[in-house]
Amino acid sequence: MTDLDLSTPAPPRGSAKTLGDPVVVIEGVRKAFGGNQVLRDVSLTVHKSEVVVICGRSGSGKSTLLRCIDQLETIDGGTIHAAGHLMGFREKNGRRVPLRDAQIARQQRDLGMVFQNFNLFPHVSVIDNITMAPVRILKRDKAEAQKEARALLKRVGLPDKEHAYPRQLSGGQQQRVAIARALAMKPKVMLFDEPTSALDPEMISEVLDVMVGLSEQGMTMIVVTHEMGFARAAADRVVLMHDGRIVEEAPPEEFFRNPKSEHTKLFLSKILQH
Amino acid sequence: MNWSWTFFFDYMTNGLMLRGAWTTVWLSVISMILGLGLGIIAAMMKMYGNRAVRWIAEFYIWLFRGTPILIQLVIIYTGLPQLGIRLNVIESAILGLALNEGAYLAEIIRAGIMSVDKGQDDAARSVGMTWRERMYLVILPQATRTIIPPLGNQFNGMLKTTSLASVISMEELMRNAQMLAQIEFRVLEAYSVAAVWYLVLVTIWSAIQVRIEAHYEKPFGPAAAVSPEAKKDLDKAIEKAGVA
Repeated sequence: MTDLDLSTPAPPRGSAKTLGDPVVVIEGVRKAFGGNQVLRDVSLTVHKSEVVVICGRSGSGKSTLLRCIDQLETIDGGTIHAAGHLMGFREKNGRRVPLRDAQIARQQRDLGMVFQNFNLFPHVSVIDNITMAPVRILKRDKAEAQKEARALLKRVGLPDKEHAYPRQLSGGQQQRVAIARALAMKPKVMLFDEPTSALDPEMISEVLDVMVGLSEQGMTMIVVTHEMGFARAAADRVVLMHDGRIVEEAPPEEFFRNPKSEHTKLFLSKILQH
Repeated sequence: MNWSWTFFFDYMTNGLMLRGAWTTVWLSVISMILGLGLGIIAAMMKMYGNRAVRWIAEFYIWLFRGTPILIQLVIIYTGLPQLGIRLNVIESAILGLALNEGAYLAEIIRAGIMSVDKGQDDAARSVGMTWRERMYLVILPQATRTIIPPLGNQFNGMLKTTSLASVISMEELMRNAQMLAQIEFRVLEAYSVAAVWYLVLVTIWSAIQVRIEAHYEKPFGPAAAVSPEAKKDLDKAIEKAGVA
């Protein structure tokens, strides 16, 4: 069901682009759920304005990696630096001390996350979804936050939806509001966890369009997705995870034309045979 | 037949009964609010506390759900003075009713919190909310929707349970009906009037409850309130499913 043509063509992004400072640095990260080792020694660096697409079979650990970056899961080993923070810990006399809830929350404000199931707050309107965190947590001026929220809604193509409740929106519209909600915190990096997997096919492109637009404006993005069309058009690098490890990491043209790993070849053959 | 409508209607507006009805109302409201606070605290302790904290909450719930409210009231009012703790009638009635109510509400609130999708907590954390902020802004407002109907049911029960406070001489509707019955021995009329007053209070509450439920249902609304776009998408999906 995934096809290689992206509905909206974007200018090709070459690997020739000069790399900015690293925004996310993942080193030797391990994570297990009970006896199930989901991440085994994962390392990955993402630079400013880079778009990295992570793909792989379900259960390969790609969503868990994203959740670990945003501290929705705590890691068992390794380090994650993101947006200038050592995520989940602080250094004290050369030792790492786990952070408390409020300190983790402060770090999370610099990272934006978009979920497969949108997870909009159903009990408040669209504009309140977007302004809740800036107003109630950052104590920003409400009128100003609303002004910015309206600008964000315009940016994701939903200028007339501010008073709607989430249930009144289609899946694609809800996901675009979710993107606006994350952007309202002015994150230094955006994490997308299969943002189009729960959408009907005809709504996928409206979400991908917004994401392509974001990447063109220089947002640093890590995107877990099966949308290979998006990877081709917008990614600087494509990463394949298999069984908790990164087994291939290459610019899209190399990843699709000349994969080195057997896992990548198998993955591509399965995805492209439709 | 010795039923007197004259006494019945006279008692309906008797000062003793009116004061009793009013006492029943404020006793119920205060006990419910305090019980709600206790219930929220107990639910939080049981869900998020460490082992010792959880145990305390579970013991409280077990104790107050496992013994009759009548015994709880009598122990608080007539038993505790033996330990040097002296509470007056009003304090005893409120404390007993609130403690009892809190134990029941704790489980209702816990169920409400558990009914909120796990993804809501993820989303709240992803925008940088602390535990307190997640609870206050995201989880509890949504749990409220699930909690309100059983909560209304509990308050309905509370209005009538307050009658048990009559045994510790709390001058509410039941107690005042007893006193009225003693005056002219119009027992049937006096208690019938009390019963009618309870019906009136419960009926008024039902009307209020409907409004509160509607308020909390508004964001989730009926399917008919779906926006035209969402409806178009829905129609498309149905059409597609029909073809396939």
